[in-house]
Amino acid sequence: MHNKSLAELSASLQSGEISSVELTQHFLERIKRHDSALNSFVTVTEEQALSAARQADQLIATGQAGQLTGIPIAQKDIFCTEGIRTACGSKMLDNFISPYSATVVEKLDTAGMPLLGKLNMDEFAMGSSNETSFYGPVKNPWDLERVPGGSSGGSAAAVAARLAPIATGTDTGGSIRQPASLCGLTGIKPTYGRVSRWGMIAFASSLDQAGVLGHSAADCALVLGAMAGFDAKDSTSIDRETPDYSASLSTPLEGLKIGLPKEYFDEGLDSGVGKVVDTAIERYRTLGAEVIEISLPNTHLAVPAYYVIAPAECSSNLSRFDGVRYGYRCKDPKDLTDMYERSRGEAFGAEVKNRIMIGTYALSAGYYDAYYLKAQKVRRLISDDFKRAFEQVDVIMGPTSPVTAFKIGEKADDPISMYLSDIYTIAVNLAGLPGMSIPAGLVEGLPAGLQLIGNAFEEGKLLNIAHQFQQVTDWHLQSPAAFA
Amino acid sequence: MSLTAEEVRKIAHLARLSIQEEKVQTYADNLSGILDLVAQMETVNTDDVAPMAHPQEVTQRLREDVVTETSQREKFQQIAPATEAGLYLVPKVIE
Amino acid sequence: MAWETVIGLEIHAQLATRSKIFSGASTAYGAAPNTQACAVDLALPGVLPVLNREAVRMAVKFGLALDADIPQRSVFARKNYFYPDLPQGYQISQFDQPIVARGHLDITLENGETRQIGVTRAHLEQDAGKSLHEDFHGLTGIDLNRAGTPLLEIVSEPELRSAKEAVAYMKKMHALVQYLEICDGNMAEGSFRCDANVSVRPVGQVEFGTRAEIKNLNSFRFIERAINYEVERQIDLIEAGGEVVQETRLYDPDKGETRSMRSKEEANDYRYFPCPDLLPVEISTALLDEVRQTLPELPDEKKQRFMAEFSLSEKDATELSANREIAEYFEVVAQGCGEAKMAANWVMGELSAHLNKADIPIAECPVSAKTLTVLIQRITDKTISGKIAKDVFVELWSGESDVDAIIDSKGLKQITDSSAIEAMIAEVLENNPSQVEQFRAGKEKLMGFFVGQVMKASKGKANPGQVNEILRRLLNS
Repeated sequence: MHNKSLAELSASLQSGEISSVELTQHFLERIKRHDSALNSFVTVTEEQALSAARQADQLIATGQAGQLTGIPIAQKDIFCTEGIRTACGSKMLDNFISPYSATVVEKLDTAGMPLLGKLNMDEFAMGSSNETSFYGPVKNPWDLERVPGGSSGGSAAAVAARLAPIATGTDTGGSIRQPASLCGLTGIKPTYGRVSRWGMIAFASSLDQAGVLGHSAADCALVLGAMAGFDAKDSTSIDRETPDYSASLSTPLEGLKIGLPKEYFDEGLDSGVGKVVDTAIERYRTLGAEVIEISLPNTHLAVPAYYVIAPAECSSNLSRFDGVRYGYRCKDPKDLTDMYERSRGEAFGAEVKNRIMIGTYALSAGYYDAYYLKAQKVRRLISDDFKRAFEQVDVIMGPTSPVTAFKIGEKADDPISMYLSDIYTIAVNLAGLPGMSIPAGLVEGLPAGLQLIGNAFEEGKLLNIAHQFQQVTDWHLQSPAAFA
Repeated sequence: MSLTAEEVRKIAHLARLSIQEEKVQTYADNLSGILDLVAQMETVNTDDVAPMAHPQEVTQRLREDVVTETSQREKFQQIAPATEAGLYLVPKVIE
Repeated sequence: MAWETVIGLEIHAQLATRSKIFSGASTAYGAAPNTQACAVDLALPGVLPVLNREAVRMAVKFGLALDADIPQRSVFARKNYFYPDLPQGYQISQFDQPIVARGHLDITLENGETRQIGVTRAHLEQDAGKSLHEDFHGLTGIDLNRAGTPLLEIVSEPELRSAKEAVAYMKKMHALVQYLEICDGNMAEGSFRCDANVSVRPVGQVEFGTRAEIKNLNSFRFIERAINYEVERQIDLIEAGGEVVQETRLYDPDKGETRSMRSKEEANDYRYFPCPDLLPVEISTALLDEVRQTLPELPDEKKQRFMAEFSLSEKDATELSANREIAEYFEVVAQGCGEAKMAANWVMGELSAHLNKADIPIAECPVSAKTLTVLIQRITDKTISGKIAKDVFVELWSGESDVDAIIDSKGLKQITDSSAIEAMIAEVLENNPSQVEQFRAGKEKLMGFFVGQVMKASKGKANPGQVNEILRRLLNS
């Protein structure tokens, strides 16, 4: 049951072959059985899930069901869920029962998807390995000694281990695509502004975007379609109609122009991963695509610019966590400053502190022009690189991550090498473009992903391109043996 | 670019973060490392480049001036560390 | 040494929108604590701001009234600092791209001279909440109802040269924002308040002295006193060989002095940067035109028109145009009775006196402009005398509304029958033979005495003109 696609599950629900309650219970049982090994869930919402499943069954029985009605989902713990703890991987919010729900949560509720629980993640989405979570690291289902990637590591591990059919994630610098790559999943980060950020706890507001991690492009298309859309509560939400992503999946790729940026195949790329990517590109040729080498000359500046912009925004976004209205407050503060400093100092982890301090420094008097303003200019150069490329090609392809899943602890004490694992994904966020990662092969038993980058608002085309690949390959159907 | 322990303490205070004294040097090393990484930006000339603050070139949408919210004080204050008489309580503010 | 004072004002005007600048919570004053602080105002995790259209229109309206530059594009920025009444840990404000750029305002000084004061800029921002300092077991209580109320911060050039000029500027701005209906001007509730940047320099010196910023002045009297105190303090300090420190100071109205704010001692580093949750605001020419249509006649224009149309003196025209509602009231009366000077005297005299005594705005005045018009008409048509009219006004103020009914029921109609007046005068003259003799001997001052006696005899109802005329005839005969 847990290996079925969403379309198959939907059909089984509609035909009465299974009920939503049975399906939901099945996944709840898998969570109980397997998650102690993975640590992918921080909160399991069994009661809410079953109650929503019962409602879904009624809708199905009375013929009012949509395509997703009754299919359970798990949410990254960055989305506020009313009445349910929303901790964002942090001690700061360990006691935070959200009084309201994110637009994404409401939309998926409305679509009839029972919520299985909240998924582990790097603290405030700052990390690429899920090791910065207050709730402990998440294990990669393909190898429990390895990281699942981050920051949506809980989402990736849960879906890869079939503890949830699909999950939400967020992506600020690669946080959907990199874990999708490391866990053998299909993950999509849509165009900035496509999915509402209302209720999604902000890391870096101009980069954050919600998306999905699932087994296939077809699964992602269904759920993304339900999540996306204009929201008057988010000023950066784009007022455009959401296309029917499922409807365009079957468009043939004949004549598709694929751009391969030469900068994405540098010496930092693991040779095994490189081979997987090459093979995948070859596959696309056989589907009728034309492959063109392109250049994104400012690629090497993406990580540096990102590590000014994202920390600057986060340093300000995280100022609201002050122990006054919600969240952690230190014991017996001796005065106001002590309350601020110890509440924040005791509740934020080391990586969050690193980033808050870098951001604070970059914005402070005398440094703004050299850091923040400079980074915004470099951001423009990077965005212009993509604009030029898309005059030439329909899609850009390359590796998602330079390496496969690394060992837990391997990079934990070396922030810089951790940052560089997002080297191929970060530029996409700076430019606000849609990006995907799809499973393209295994390297020594570990999954490696192919990254697809599209022009603004062309996530439909990305899903189509990914789907066509998945019609002729079966990497997306492979699952880690222990969780089959 | 390397930050001194003293600079780290200053930044930490500006950001209202208490830092254990024995960890100050680790933070100084981490932050200096990040600044070195960031310094690569200096290799490109950006004199004539317009800064980019948002991914999309769109302008702010305006909301109608309508009151849409009603009091949810009880609900909001349930999750507060300290309240009394409807107020949030904090250590004495001195002006 | 002779010293020159240099003052720049930063006025904070709360905009009279129904909802907050970035949320749908009410801005109404006086609600129970934290009942008007919604998720956005509380800065819950994940919430986002959306800009209030009306706040933008009001700022634009203000800019147009100041004849200011209104850039096509303005940007919101975050001003980062920690304070318990600032839930986000930053204030959303505007920094290098404000909604209103350079403009100016003319002020009239006591000697009648007019000065143009430069307005550097005006920008939109969020107000903060309130810290309540009464003791909660040694803790401070925070009320966030005010958090997120739209503010227009209006920054003047350092072109004011005395406390009096600063007050004149502040008063003029105060009248203007009310004219424009963008701020209720209620200073007691903090709707209109200012920070004053004050410095002194030797007369003739070009460079500015070091300035101190006096925070949160919310009455005209306090502004004047605080500035005067601060100027003296700075001069004394410098003359004693000391140096003025750049700092924030607070005015203590009880002690009548300013003191340094300890909590803000530490140098601020606000780390402004463009707010990533908000996009640039575009002010289209269509919006400018639309707002321009809603601009009322402004105080200066009204003053000029009053002078031209009603032949008022500049002094009267200035006073009558200072408040929009009073000006409108005056105009109804002046046009209705056709006697502008008389209308002006009534509005600035009896009416203002009653309003001041009752401490109510003209909007709550129990005597309508129409009623006052009728009253003045009864003077001009000689039904009653001006003196009697004041008595009638008192009746009107206490709730009566029909002028003629009062005159009838109280028998106040003026006596214009010459023979009746002559009879009264004859009686008065007969009863006061010695005064008559003195008058005829040349003591003309006694005219007033006779008039008074006649008016007394007629219970004030005899037409004063006729009394004068007949008296003169009889005395000189």
